[in-house]
Amino acid sequence: MSSTILEMRDITKTFPGVKALQNVNLSIDQGEIHAIVGENGAGKSTLMKVLSGVYPYGSYTGEIRYNGVECKFNGIHDSERMGIVIIHQELALVPLLSIMENIFLGNENARYGVIDWSDSERRARELLKKVGLNEDPRTLITHIGTGKQQLVEIAKALSKEVKLLILDEPTASLSEKDSAALLDLLLEFKQQGISCILISHKLNEISRVADRITILRDGQTIETLNKDQISEDRIITSMVGRPLDDRFPPREPKIGDVVLEVKNWSAYHPLHADRQVSKSIDITVRKGEVVGIAGLMGSGRTEFAMSLFGRSYGRRITGDVTLNGRKIDVSTVARAIDHGIAYVTEDRKAYGLNLIDHIKHNITLANLGGVSRLGVIDDLRELDTANEFRKKTNIRSSSVYQKTGNLSGGNQQKVVLSKWLFANPEVLILDEPTRGIDVGAKYEIYSIIARLAAEGKAIIVISSEMAELLGITDRIYVMNEGRIVGEMQSSEASQEKIMRAIVRAEAKAS
Amino acid sequence: MTTETVQVPVRTPQQRQAATIEALLTNLRDYGLILALIAIMIFFQFATNGVLFKPVNLTNVILQNSYIIIMALGMLLVIIAGHIDLSVGSVAGFIGALAAMLMVGWNLDDTQWAFLSNPLVAAFICVVVGGFIGAAQGYWIAYHRIPSFIVTLAGMLVFRGLTLTILGGKSIGPFPPEFQGLSAGYITDYLATWLGMAPYKLPLALGGTPLHLTTFVVGLIAVVAFVLVTIRTRRNREARGYESEPFPIFAIKSAIIAALVLFFVYTMSSYKGLPNVLIVMSILIALFVFITKRTTIGRRVYAMGGNEKAAKLSGIKTDRLTFLIFINMGILSALAGLIFAARLGTATPKAGTGFELDVIAAVFIGGASAMGGVGQVAGSVIGAFIIGVMNNGMSIMGISIDWQQVIKGLVLLAAVVFDVYNKNKG
Repeated sequence: MSSTILEMRDITKTFPGVKALQNVNLSIDQGEIHAIVGENGAGKSTLMKVLSGVYPYGSYTGEIRYNGVECKFNGIHDSERMGIVIIHQELALVPLLSIMENIFLGNENARYGVIDWSDSERRARELLKKVGLNEDPRTLITHIGTGKQQLVEIAKALSKEVKLLILDEPTASLSEKDSAALLDLLLEFKQQGISCILISHKLNEISRVADRITILRDGQTIETLNKDQISEDRIITSMVGRPLDDRFPPREPKIGDVVLEVKNWSAYHPLHADRQVSKSIDITVRKGEVVGIAGLMGSGRTEFAMSLFGRSYGRRITGDVTLNGRKIDVSTVARAIDHGIAYVTEDRKAYGLNLIDHIKHNITLANLGGVSRLGVIDDLRELDTANEFRKKTNIRSSSVYQKTGNLSGGNQQKVVLSKWLFANPEVLILDEPTRGIDVGAKYEIYSIIARLAAEGKAIIVISSEMAELLGITDRIYVMNEGRIVGEMQSSEASQEKIMRAIVRAEAKAS
Repeated sequence: MTTETVQVPVRTPQQRQAATIEALLTNLRDYGLILALIAIMIFFQFATNGVLFKPVNLTNVILQNSYIIIMALGMLLVIIAGHIDLSVGSVAGFIGALAAMLMVGWNLDDTQWAFLSNPLVAAFICVVVGGFIGAAQGYWIAYHRIPSFIVTLAGMLVFRGLTLTILGGKSIGPFPPEFQGLSAGYITDYLATWLGMAPYKLPLALGGTPLHLTTFVVGLIAVVAFVLVTIRTRRNREARGYESEPFPIFAIKSAIIAALVLFFVYTMSSYKGLPNVLIVMSILIALFVFITKRTTIGRRVYAMGGNEKAAKLSGIKTDRLTFLIFINMGILSALAGLIFAARLGTATPKAGTGFELDVIAAVFIGGASAMGGVGQVAGSVIGAFIIGVMNNGMSIMGISIDWQQVIKGLVLLAAVVFDVYNKNKG
């Protein structure tokens, strides 16, 4: 029996208002491939950040023992020195530097600050050979595909004498062939005694390579299964099997005629011209209806919503949009807004708010015409409006003159919502409306959604939290890899059903 | 919508006093810039043995800085939008040269194009050309996402070169007197003439100095209008149930501003009266205060500078807005170029050299942020005056140009460091 190389015991990590991890336990054997699965937000990434020192010792409670020694990492450098290397989902490569420059970035083969390039190249060749990448080390990263970039990341990890490799969804954006090659590589590393933590949603991959699997849910370890215990049903039940309490306001849906109909919608990635991000999507939303779009991260939900909202994302966008039976032009944001469509972004700081300006100016921004005449703003009308929405959505602030950058996540979200409510849309698309906000504020947001539906608005909610979708929607579309792969009435839906739709589509694709 | 009456909270005297002190402190921070200008002026008043405040000198300071201030208005929008324009000095020089060639250099008077040499027509053409220059640069910045720093750096070289080319490397002039009047002229004292008292002198009891009556009365009307408007705004707020700043602060603030303007007007009136340029400048300042504070366009510029992606997703056409901002900058640069040329009386190949630095410095001293999204017209104007008064004061003191630059550079750095420090603290 191989020896234990890593022990994480009773790890608890809290963020203001949220317990991200609660007494999580994890143990990894030498030469083991250990999979970690869980819903988005279950705490997988947080756990890995604790392990790699991104969250330094002291910011969490619990104990990390590595090779029997207690570790107090103060940063990613400390963990890398011990041979723990993490490869994130978003690759951390510099696109305009060469493969070898990236491999040795921050760890240059240098004496007195002068880099020995010929030796670097020799070592880079060796490393590339190990990971099976047949490329000139002087090639720029931007000239090789994502699959090969992934291998460069692994070569980079090997250059640091890795003992424990952590891969966060390594195959999320890889083709089938590249994924298979990567998994083979992991098996090869296993032979060399390198341990590996694999975070993945793809259960077929996990059952292929993993020795053990640990399931996280709501920041807690649910169970650790051995290879012979692994089955799709077992994993899904453990992943989503949380009791539903009344975290959602009650609602009596009054659903009317179809308001919005999107037909045959397709769009391509703005940079990779041949990557289709939306694949002939058809959806409808009715008056007073709350429709959910479920899916994993990277399934193309945000890309779809943004391409729909004035072509804010993607290229070569085609498809028809009908509003109340009339075909409409949504080719610019201004036109989409004029037709009564609003999109509340998933990233309120980057796309939703002007953080250096105050609440009042943010609320009126999408509908300045509503507080002005002939282009001249009526200051007092604007103030009245801002105060009205501050009260309506219960924004907690000293006044409407508080900078939005100083508000909490929940209150920022209410400002963004207010902005779009003031634009008085018929169709409201909410992208991850409760991401990163505390439970209390979540309930308030749900109540606002329920009220808007009761007022007869058509609402689309994109969310990675399945419980949330089941709790607040009337109907759910399931999306995977830019395609609608399932549709169900919320009353008949369950987290298992949604997961199954995703996993099935995944299996069909791979 | 139902109107609700909002109760203005009743406060105890202690609370009222605390609020007054708090408001005083916020105001001190807000008005730090104007206090700095006053301090600098007082310093130079002593350092120059009282020359600075002499009516003739004060008038000069305004004339010398009018073109910087006019360009600063455009530059403020450019900087709020998150861009920069390095070409304004060259464009101003080029437009001055174009005006000289139209009015004098090309001898159009004897040809069928004679009408083009009419000062009014020529000036109009120049302003239009300025707009096109702005459009040409703005096109690359707005629609092709070329960094403004690079586009306008290119523009700076191009228009400096074109200035030299069309002037043939030498100075062209003199401009016709009607055109020079744009910068060198003063409004006529219509009022005194109408009253049959021209040239008017104060009664002996009040010193007996000559006084430009029209200037004084226009200034007085402006001050009264200012006070009335602020009082009305305050009343309106209170009528809608909103709190306004404590009355003492409001009164002191208004009184200080009114007193400053009155002092200024009086000084002007005791020299030759209102310069024509000052009228043009005041109208433009008022217009840009209005645009930035009250119009949807102004609001959109701030939003775009604060978070372009969010602005875009709120339906703001950021490309077009950027394009318009650069057209505006081109027009104002042209106007400034005309004023500068009219002031010199001739167009020289060197005209406008280094203006961009004074203009950009004025906007940053005035509290604009290099990251975009922040900045005020009042701040930029005061910033321009701070630079102008320093230039003027140091010249009178006989400090060499070399050291003047050193000092100006340090003041710019100090002003921005102070601003950043203040913001981080608050």
